[in-house]
Amino acid sequence: MSKKLKGWKEIPMGVMITEPGNSVEFDVRSWRTYKPIIDQIKCTKCGMCWIYCPEAAIMIKEDGKYEVDLSFCKGCGICEKTCAPKAIMMVKEEAV
Amino acid sequence: MKRLGLSGNYAVAYAVKMADVDVIAAYPITPQTTIVEKLADFVANGELNAEYVNVESEHSAMSACVGASLTGARVFTATSSQGLAYMHEVLFIASVLRTPIVMANVNRALSAPLNIWNDHSDAMAERDSGWIQLWASSAQEAFDTTIEAFKIAEDIQLPVMVNIDGYIVSHTYEPVTLPDQEEISGYIPSKPMTNRVSPRLAYSSGVVGPPEYYYEMKYQAVDAMERSRQRIKEIESDFNQRFGKDYKDINTYHMDDAEYALLIMGSMTGTARVVAESLRRKGEKVGVVSIRCFRPFPFERLAEIFKGVRCVGVVDRAVMPGGPSNPLFVDVASALYGMAERPVLQSFVAGLGGRDVPTDEFELMFNKTKEGARTGRAGPCVYVGLRE
Repeated sequence: MSKKLKGWKEIPMGVMITEPGNSVEFDVRSWRTYKPIIDQIKCTKCGMCWIYCPEAAIMIKEDGKYEVDLSFCKGCGICEKTCAPKAIMMVKEEAV
Repeated sequence: MKRLGLSGNYAVAYAVKMADVDVIAAYPITPQTTIVEKLADFVANGELNAEYVNVESEHSAMSACVGASLTGARVFTATSSQGLAYMHEVLFIASVLRTPIVMANVNRALSAPLNIWNDHSDAMAERDSGWIQLWASSAQEAFDTTIEAFKIAEDIQLPVMVNIDGYIVSHTYEPVTLPDQEEISGYIPSKPMTNRVSPRLAYSSGVVGPPEYYYEMKYQAVDAMERSRQRIKEIESDFNQRFGKDYKDINTYHMDDAEYALLIMGSMTGTARVVAESLRRKGEKVGVVSIRCFRPFPFERLAEIFKGVRCVGVVDRAVMPGGPSNPLFVDVASALYGMAERPVLQSFVAGLGGRDVPTDEFELMFNKTKEGARTGRAGPCVYVGLRE
């Protein structure tokens, strides 16, 4: 987690989130045991992985390529299952 | 001002009506009491303009109360024994979400065996839920405490449970003096002091608190409870001044020069005082202490009151099987631990499942406590009135 965590006096009262969309601050990379690797040659840019990713961790770059934001990928492997041309492979994270 | 003959239940219902609540969510079947029946009357005949939600369980009743309270509504519910137990998980949510719900809990025994009579096991099982717990021992006190509870809840933003003893207070009719509506409205204005819904503030409530934040979120409610100690005193003295009462977190009787005393909660206070009075006439230096504010537990004042007292008999109307003793005793012992010269404590259990605790049993408890004062030693817990 890169951002400094807030203390009990700093957070809003009563289990409230007052800043919409603040889950972008929540880094989940440590949850993962496998990470998806996209083979850009096999990829047909159909967008199925982008649709199915429950974390919206797959991004479409300006040049049309698909990439995974590894800060938000929990390594569930749904993208690999939905990829028709089998361009996505789940690869074990190296031991830290 | 008007004077009516009301049961403890009706006294609470009148207080809720005069507090002009916005939402009542309640489950109407056993162990429910006539509190919500009377409120349903008030709503049906137009005397109270509130949303009355007839839910399918106490779990849903408390959940509906939490939701309604988060919108800024003034919210009330009532329950008893199994109903309170069924609310258990939502009680913890209500306190940490800081919803100022007021709930009347008519103290009744928990099953088994099935029993709808008075003891304190229901409320004791919820003492760690983060709710403020006030205990009233008459119909008048039930009315006053309920009015006060709305002020306390909305000021501190914590839920408040008003406890009244099942049947002994809840179903007994007494003359109750009701202040004028203007006085109540002046004390707790109809628009609740907390109103969270606003187009200026978008928020998600009841969110996930991962290990990085759960601790901080929970601690906010712990801190609020700690700060409530002082606020409750201030709110109570304001109430006393406005309405000519004399409520305190702990009520004392003949404690100025007492050598030994009984400590109790709820309606048994009356019987204990009658017996203490007759012992006083015989020259015994005896007193009675009753806890009115059980959460937050008024430990500092308790230590103050027991200065110079040699033995205190703590009367629990609930048990804590396998514990170091019973719930009230444990709190009292912890509260007095820091005293340099603390009284000997004798534990009693009495009146489980609605068993009457007559004057001769109080005499027995006073005698046993006197023995503790004389010898400087207490015996094991005495289960008063238990047949072998």
